[in-house]
Amino acid sequence: MKILTAWLRHYLPALPVDDLQLAEDLTLRGIAVEGVHPLSQGHLFEMDITTNRVDAMNHYGIAREAATIYNLPLVPLGANIAAIPTIAPFPVRIDSSAETLCGRFTAQVLRNVTIAPSDGLIADFFALLGQKQISNAVDASNFTLLGMGHPTHAFDLDKLEGGIVVRLAYKGEKLKLLDGTERTLEADDLVVADEKKAVGLAGVMGGWDSMITPETRNILVEAAWFDPASIRRSSRRHLLHTDASHRFERGADFNACPTANALVSQLILTAGGHAEGALIDITQPAIAAKTSARSGIALSVQQVQRHLGTTLDDAEGESALTSELVQQYLTALGCTLASADQPTEAEALTALNEDPQIGGPSAVASHISETDSPDSFHVQLPSWRLDLEREIDLIEEIARVYGYNHFANTLPTPGIVIAHPTAAAEAAVRTRLLALGFSEAISSTFASQSDSDLFYAPAAPGQGTIAMENPLSEEASLLRPTLIPGMVAMLSNNLNRDVKEVRLFEQGHTFTGSTAAVTESAQLSLGLTTGTPQATAPHSAADAPIFELKGAIESLVSLFTLPGGPAALTFSTESTPAWLQQGRAATAMLNNVALGYFGELTQAETQKRKLRQPIFLAQLDLTALYALPLKRVTARDLSRFQAVERDFSFVFPDSIQWHTVTSAIQALAILELQSLAPIEVWRDKKKYPGVYSLLVRTVFQSHHRTLREEELTQWHSQIIAALTQLGGTIRA
Amino acid sequence: MNEAIPQLVNYDEPSLEAAFATLAEEVRAADTTDPEAFRLHWLGRKQGRLKLVSEAWLKSAPAEARKPLGIRFNQLKQQIEAALEAPAAKPAVAAVQGIDISLPGTFRAPGIPHPLLKTMQEIVAVFHHLGYSTNLGPQVESDFYNFEALNFPPNHPARDTQDTLVIANQQTRPSRDRLLMRTHTSPVQIRTMIEQGPPVRIVIPGKVHRNDAADATHSPIFHQVEGLCVDTNITFSDLKGTLDHAMKALFGSDVKTRFFPSFFPFTEPSADVQISCIFCGGKGCRKCKHSGWIELLGCGMVDPAVFAAVDEQRIAQGKEPAYSPEKITGFAFGMGVERIAMIQHGISDIGHFYSGDMRFLEQFA
Repeated sequence: MKILTAWLRHYLPALPVDDLQLAEDLTLRGIAVEGVHPLSQGHLFEMDITTNRVDAMNHYGIAREAATIYNLPLVPLGANIAAIPTIAPFPVRIDSSAETLCGRFTAQVLRNVTIAPSDGLIADFFALLGQKQISNAVDASNFTLLGMGHPTHAFDLDKLEGGIVVRLAYKGEKLKLLDGTERTLEADDLVVADEKKAVGLAGVMGGWDSMITPETRNILVEAAWFDPASIRRSSRRHLLHTDASHRFERGADFNACPTANALVSQLILTAGGHAEGALIDITQPAIAAKTSARSGIALSVQQVQRHLGTTLDDAEGESALTSELVQQYLTALGCTLASADQPTEAEALTALNEDPQIGGPSAVASHISETDSPDSFHVQLPSWRLDLEREIDLIEEIARVYGYNHFANTLPTPGIVIAHPTAAAEAAVRTRLLALGFSEAISSTFASQSDSDLFYAPAAPGQGTIAMENPLSEEASLLRPTLIPGMVAMLSNNLNRDVKEVRLFEQGHTFTGSTAAVTESAQLSLGLTTGTPQATAPHSAADAPIFELKGAIESLVSLFTLPGGPAALTFSTESTPAWLQQGRAATAMLNNVALGYFGELTQAETQKRKLRQPIFLAQLDLTALYALPLKRVTARDLSRFQAVERDFSFVFPDSIQWHTVTSAIQALAILELQSLAPIEVWRDKKKYPGVYSLLVRTVFQSHHRTLREEELTQWHSQIIAALTQLGGTIRA
Repeated sequence: MNEAIPQLVNYDEPSLEAAFATLAEEVRAADTTDPEAFRLHWLGRKQGRLKLVSEAWLKSAPAEARKPLGIRFNQLKQQIEAALEAPAAKPAVAAVQGIDISLPGTFRAPGIPHPLLKTMQEIVAVFHHLGYSTNLGPQVESDFYNFEALNFPPNHPARDTQDTLVIANQQTRPSRDRLLMRTHTSPVQIRTMIEQGPPVRIVIPGKVHRNDAADATHSPIFHQVEGLCVDTNITFSDLKGTLDHAMKALFGSDVKTRFFPSFFPFTEPSADVQISCIFCGGKGCRKCKHSGWIELLGCGMVDPAVFAAVDEQRIAQGKEPAYSPEKITGFAFGMGVERIAMIQHGISDIGHFYSGDMRFLEQFA
């Protein structure tokens, strides 16, 4: 919003500070000046007014804030119009259908007006603002809106057929608006109508047919108060966000209607013409009672101090937020304060009967004497501040005007910190993956339908994907049911930028279930691709990445205490997902329940995505893992006796896998066997089809004694026999 | 050519001292870059200067002068030998043996912690030290927790400030049950207070979503850390003190804070907090748009309407009401992690955080 300092000074001639100081002081009190631009006369302020302060979205409202800050009088607003009496006042009524939606409607008939360009203050201020001039009638309305914030509308009186009726629209009723569009109305759109037809979408935009034209001679000026929710509904439905609707839907000033009407009328009449009849002013007492005449609220200075605490100006335990200061601030903002010990019944009625004059800080209610400093007040609220409803709202006003930075910095007593149940597990997983060389990543929370179809298959009914009502894009139409699409995208992005060494992980949530009940699950994805694959004994270069992922999973799972011990983690090449290359993928299982998958992305997908090297993926169910306790280590004593290594070199048929070899050796139940590892796997499919050679290293050690040669020889023979029985042939 | 050694006239101490000092100075000043020439010059068997000294002085010395002369002679000889050995210590042209230590070192590349999550953890740690426990909540929330209980009534203009991504098929459900992507981590405040009575001191890190267009500084996906402190006698000055301390802990003890009135439906009074620019110290620079200040977080005193909504829900769940605004006050604060991490590291494009681009991440190794 744009504000002219020249216009502010028009309302506040005694303003003692320069424009830059004013900007700073306003900003520190929540009336944010975001930009200051010098003009030929004063400055232009770019304002950012918070949505609750619609009363400050105009020059007079900001002038009032400045008046409060500097404790200055504000020029009162108002206009006196000499009207020629009439025996037949213009007929205006609020239909019973609109009784709760139109709280007040004022109308003034102007005759023999001249439609001409504006001059005077309007021309000056509009030029400074860069606001387009249209005609004196339209400009008067805009000037009043910018000046004091209340929307008004001028009708060409001669286009109206009969009197004004404020009513709900008929479903399907047509109305051509000032923007030239024809709208089809709904039965809960509020309209201003004449006897025949709707002539304006109330509080949003006037109608085309009754607009002011150069030929207009007679005018009806409208200034009304409409229900915020109703205006908001119509404005949203018709996608019409106007200055008027912006104001009405945030709560306009009930008492401002007559003032605004008089100001507009006066401005139009400067070019000629006269008012006919007194201002027509229809009010709904029930709505007045909820707005301008709403009951006051109690405020205790003690509560002010309880919420706000210590200030920099406090002396010896005495709060600087005194009763006097509270009275000064709230009075300047337009409140009327009475000591709560002597409330009057009359005060609630004052608001309605005031003359059309709003604004300036009135004197502190007379029944608070100069020397009084009561702790409790009954506060009557200004009609333009519908955001003030409760004691806390007034406390905020006091803090704001006093200045937030005049409060001290104090610290509450600290509490006891309780670790989040999964925090340690999450940190352990993260630390381990970083140590294994995987970097941390964050990918999109959303997935496309096609990625979801490819990478996600519900394991059970009720685990469907979740669609978005208003997706960010077609590629983000679903909540991600798996982390894999995001990981594939990140690996692809790297490869497309010629980054060929990538190891990433993401700890994130997936979303499945139904749009009625969404299940969030903590998951892990791993992604790996390498441009320089290296064999890591006993794995070939081509297989090494798959075993790196397997190793990562084993390492992560080893952080937790497994029910059933370390053997509870098993791997199977069966029932792997279709997006992983068959035979180069596996399922990790915990006690025979799938914990995750890993392997190489299928060649078809790799080609489809134009990836120049294979990518390897893993996903792991962290929710299942986090349900397990973290491992607590009990250290074992180290043996003081020599360990002995024995290697076995065998040729096996391809059908004999490593786990068969280990089972066979472990079945011998040699207690002193400390470790058993494959050191080398060697295949030559051409020369020696169907077989491979395996070098196994065993380590023996006793906790109690030095091993004897006879024992070692015996175990050596047992192992050779066991492996031979598997179909292996010992190599020379 | 060696210069002749002058004959000694006197063999008394001062004369010997002066004669040998001249020679010692000659040795010190000698050029030793060619060790062989130096050796010949001084130690040559026939014409070496030492030999000449021996012949000229030692042989003709009176008996009583032989001892002091001999001591000085040996000292000179040692000095010459030492000078001969010294060049070996200088970086000579000898061939390099062993490793070329100028080659780069190698290491097993560790994974790189995500800069955003690292910043998030740093913020959380600051509040842990102030006695706040971490609490987390779901990313898919109901309207009740995300808006209604936080004093955003249905159809209220305040909702316009948080464009919301909504789950499909919600139109037929009651307003408060409708599911959406949480627009802030504040719903966890409500969940926590419904679950437990005061005192509450929690810090809430998490991912949030808004229906905003992406540009260099905005992303529809972002992260927040919120905090909530509720107890008897919590004041606005406590809020100021807590955040002032936290900002100093995060950005350095020189940092100053400044509070402005603002508006959030769930706090009152509400404030925006600026810190003095960490780049220029408040003098004004490009990073702070020459204002000397950087806007960093929003905060305020918990609105009594929030306490009322919490108690209403506690009663509905069969719990005792515990948040009477007469007794209980509190404050809440929230900050965008992306913005802070971007400031800390001078990151110009928010999109880098979600790209998994190794070229970006490797800078933080």
